[in-house]
Amino acid sequence: MNFFNTIITALKALKRNPTRALLTTLGIVIGIAAVITMMEIGNGSKTSVRTTIEKMGANTGLILPGWLRRGGVAMGYGSRVSLTPADADAVGRECPSVLHYSPVVRASTQQLIFGNSNWVPQQIYGVAPEYLLIRNWRIAEGRTFTRDEVESNARVCVIGATVVRELFGNVSPIDCELRIRDVSFRVVGVLHPKGSNMMGMDEDDVLLAPWTTIRMRITGRKTGTASSTKSTPASKPSELYAATGVALFPEPEASLTTDKLLIPKFTYIDQIVFSASTPAKVKQAEKEITALLRERHRLRPMEDDDFRIRNSSDFMSMLNSTTLLMTNLLLGVALLSLIVGGVGIMNIMLVSVTERTREIGLRMAVGARSSDILKQFLVESIILCLVGGIIGILTGHGAALLVNYYLKWPIESSPGAVIAAVGVSVFVGVVFGFYPAWKASKLDPIDALRYE
Amino acid sequence: MIKVSKLIELKDITKTYFLEELSVPVLKGISLEIEQGDYVALMGASGSGKSTLMNILGCLDRPTSGEYLLEGEELGRASGDRRAMIRNRKIGFVFQSFNLLPRTSAIENVIMPLAYTAGGLSAAERRRRGMAALEQVGLTERAFHHPSQLSGGQQQRVAIARALVNRPPLIFADEPTGNLDSKTSIEVMEMFDSLNAEGITIILVTHSDEIANYAKRVIRVSDGLVVDGGFK
Repeated sequence: MNFFNTIITALKALKRNPTRALLTTLGIVIGIAAVITMMEIGNGSKTSVRTTIEKMGANTGLILPGWLRRGGVAMGYGSRVSLTPADADAVGRECPSVLHYSPVVRASTQQLIFGNSNWVPQQIYGVAPEYLLIRNWRIAEGRTFTRDEVESNARVCVIGATVVRELFGNVSPIDCELRIRDVSFRVVGVLHPKGSNMMGMDEDDVLLAPWTTIRMRITGRKTGTASSTKSTPASKPSELYAATGVALFPEPEASLTTDKLLIPKFTYIDQIVFSASTPAKVKQAEKEITALLRERHRLRPMEDDDFRIRNSSDFMSMLNSTTLLMTNLLLGVALLSLIVGGVGIMNIMLVSVTERTREIGLRMAVGARSSDILKQFLVESIILCLVGGIIGILTGHGAALLVNYYLKWPIESSPGAVIAAVGVSVFVGVVFGFYPAWKASKLDPIDALRYE
Repeated sequence: MIKVSKLIELKDITKTYFLEELSVPVLKGISLEIEQGDYVALMGASGSGKSTLMNILGCLDRPTSGEYLLEGEELGRASGDRRAMIRNRKIGFVFQSFNLLPRTSAIENVIMPLAYTAGGLSAAERRRRGMAALEQVGLTERAFHHPSQLSGGQQQRVAIARALVNRPPLIFADEPTGNLDSKTSIEVMEMFDSLNAEGITIILVTHSDEIANYAKRVIRVSDGLVVDGGFK
């Protein structure tokens, strides 16, 4: 008996008792529907959690300069000046996993002045325009500053909502000039409010300006805070290293100073922020950056890094594992219901075998081999499960859509789950259909024909 | 009388059932020959072993010892699949209780054995053969009726058509009229007569002398032995 005939025979047998066939599959329908719904809701929430975390910066990382130990006292990150703008450019250029990067120069506790109001924002950052992309920060009004403005040390800035409120009240700040100490900045844009971060710090209390401007015009001239490095146009070797206090080199003669070559300015930056294309790639980016910076900083293999990289992927994986746990839990319950459905199939198939004992005897008498009988009953239960599975997939998808429509839960259909569901229903059909089918195939045709 | 050819040869067939430690001999050494085109009635009282003999002849059961040759092929020890193939190709069964599939049309019932025929026939060919068999029993116009819509005699004719569909040389009928009234019994028996006239060998199992009278030859079985295998 070929396969096609087996299917036709099985379908005809099922057609003889359509109500029972439908009720039998109900267990599978419910089981598969539950699995599909759970998977779609689970995937949906996973995706929404992921995008939320990505918005919070899970795909970003921070490169900090290393620390110095002075007299046995570790001075903390930033005490060592080791990151240069060239490092930042190299990171962007040579690390394939890095999507965006931006140098960061910090200048905190500076007073902003506009008209007769003043305000000390939490953070003043000198950054590149990509900073906003990395932080997922949108401009609410105006524009961001351009690369040209970074190149030309332009005195422009973008300010956060808190700064706007404190300094400008209800007036639109666009094109207004505000002052940081004696340097005036033109406000070109206002940031979209972000609210406070998870530590409770107001993220809107911020001023962003081109990093070159902050470096050259603000922090470059006076000592900043511990973590804000500074640069000085060095004209003497002894000035290369700040705060030594001790003459490292003999002072050059006055005649030499007048006609010496200008040593290029040392410019350091405080941090480099970067983003990878996906949170999963942050680790890879981290590796690439470490290799690159070690090479650029000419560190020997046994030497420690003179920089540190931090990322938020731990946070991400924690949240991911929470959703995964929930999905698995629900999936477990759904699978349990599939087993119940399978037992239902087995039960009805056993009843069916008993009920159709004479039919089995007859089929054997007219030439069916045991394997034909086994195949027929197995195919019957597989068809039951498969049809149940398909109805279940449609029902489950429908239920997920309803949940999405009424409860506004995010859903995401998953082709993998559909394929798995089809596979599982066939598997259930085989597993729970095998025993009844085997029993049928082992019947003695003489007894079966005599069965009342 | 010229022997056409031996269809069936039984050589010293025995059958013993083993019930726990008790062995129950049912057939105690039966030797028989049945020729092509014969019409045999197998008779015997309950417990005589005639059903067991019939089962062995129908390839449904195996003898404990002895040889069973059908068209010269030893089948007593053939594999299950081989015996299934023989049942499909060479033997047609007609049962007392018709054994039609419920809620299945007459034509579907008739062509059911063809599904198990090795090689496989096209659906159209199967249907054509089924219709031919139904025509032979005069039920063409009832082809799409379910068994519940047919009378007892009609159901038995559908069963005969099913036995005929693979054009076997041998038909077994186990009490074919046991569930029928006398009028339809005569119809059915006349059908067997005409089939035999076409050259099909028929083996009839019956209690009734009246029915046995249709046969050319009566084999009586008693207590596991053939007591009378004579010709009329």
